[in-house]
Amino acid sequence: MAKKVPIELTLNGEEKAEFIEGGTTLLTALREKFGDTSVKGGCHQGTCGACTVLVDGELRLSCLTLAETCEGQSVETTGGLSREGLLHPLQRAFLDGFAAQCGFCTPGMIMAAKALLDHTPNPSRNEVVEALSGNICRCTGYEPIINAVLAAASANSHNAT
Amino acid sequence: MPLSLQTFATVREARAALAGAGTRYLGGGTLAVRASNEGDLSFDTLVRSSDPDLRRIDVSSGEARLGASVTMASIAQHRDLAAIAPAARAIGGPAIRNMATVGGNLFAPTPYGDFAVALLALGAKVDIGTEQMDIDAFLLVRDKIDAIVSGVSFRLPADGAFRFAKASRVKPKGVSVLSIAALIDSDATGTVTGARIALGCMADRPIRAKTAEDLLVGERLTEQGVAKSVAAVSDGVRPPTDPVASEWYRREVLPVHFRRLLLR
Repeated sequence: MAKKVPIELTLNGEEKAEFIEGGTTLLTALREKFGDTSVKGGCHQGTCGACTVLVDGELRLSCLTLAETCEGQSVETTGGLSREGLLHPLQRAFLDGFAAQCGFCTPGMIMAAKALLDHTPNPSRNEVVEALSGNICRCTGYEPIINAVLAAASANSHNAT
Repeated sequence: MPLSLQTFATVREARAALAGAGTRYLGGGTLAVRASNEGDLSFDTLVRSSDPDLRRIDVSSGEARLGASVTMASIAQHRDLAAIAPAARAIGGPAIRNMATVGGNLFAPTPYGDFAVALLALGAKVDIGTEQMDIDAFLLVRDKIDAIVSGVSFRLPADGAFRFAKASRVKPKGVSVLSIAALIDSDATGTVTGARIALGCMADRPIRAKTAEDLLVGERLTEQGVAKSVAAVSDGVRPPTDPVASEWYRREVLPVHFRRLLLR
């Protein structure tokens, strides 16, 4: 029987505690222990970016992060973005701009975009391209995704004035 | 297979734990956790150190020291490391750069390890335990080293002396077809007085292009001045064939990218 280790973290603002098998990745812990299936597992090699989450506000690949190393930290996923039934501006922009086809890359794309907008509210197109450079989409050709991030930034800026 | 993770306050304690069978050091996770995900059964225990010195960046009197756990993102953002920031920014996307460490990059097998290529051109010293090794010697024996790398030190290059290029198929960031780093010292007339040229993806680890270095000294960085060096840059290379590029392709495009780098 594999040894279980305790882990406590904050997931989308809620304190969580679980026992996990040693060596469990954050991706597996989020999906199978904490029930957050908004996070997707793609390549498990750090190549596709589908599993991208924020850990203490910093973009991380959950497939290459051991859950144990996130003890006491704050994890954000797309599962926690909507508030009281209202989509996050990035989710709304992706929906309105048809920035998803199969949708598998979308959670990672949105978290990568969120990390950008959290620090750079009015990014240039090049900054958006750079911010999404670790996330692969095989459907859209990227243009609708880039446009959606720019639209969300514009909407945020409009709402702030 | 379940893994156990052991965290130690000091590098020394972590080093002692690594002496056990089936252990591997955990840095940012981009190599060790990936290996685990891919079914590597050669280790069942990951060891790491939380020593804050491993995350320190010190720059003073023209010298830089990077702790082994310093990430690519930290280097790319550091105001005193602007000269080498392009090499750090060439590593993966933003999430990878938040995770990938200097220490891990030194051990990354081809086609990874672009930052180690930069460190090789810079002539870095590698801190291992209480010893310091030239990076040239370190790279030759890195697979046999049973100590923990705690950091690297190097002299910051003069303005414009360091150049870096990475070619990849997926834009803007992808796995390397090749990477080239060059540290070129010139006198007031623009004549090259010394050169260190490092190549990535031209062997199983970063290597120097020593013939090309020698042929650059005494020349100016003009089309004519670099011609002999460019023609010789492929001497001794043994590029791999992998899903990114064939051995033939890498060998063919190396002089093209090297020439562009020198004439930039």
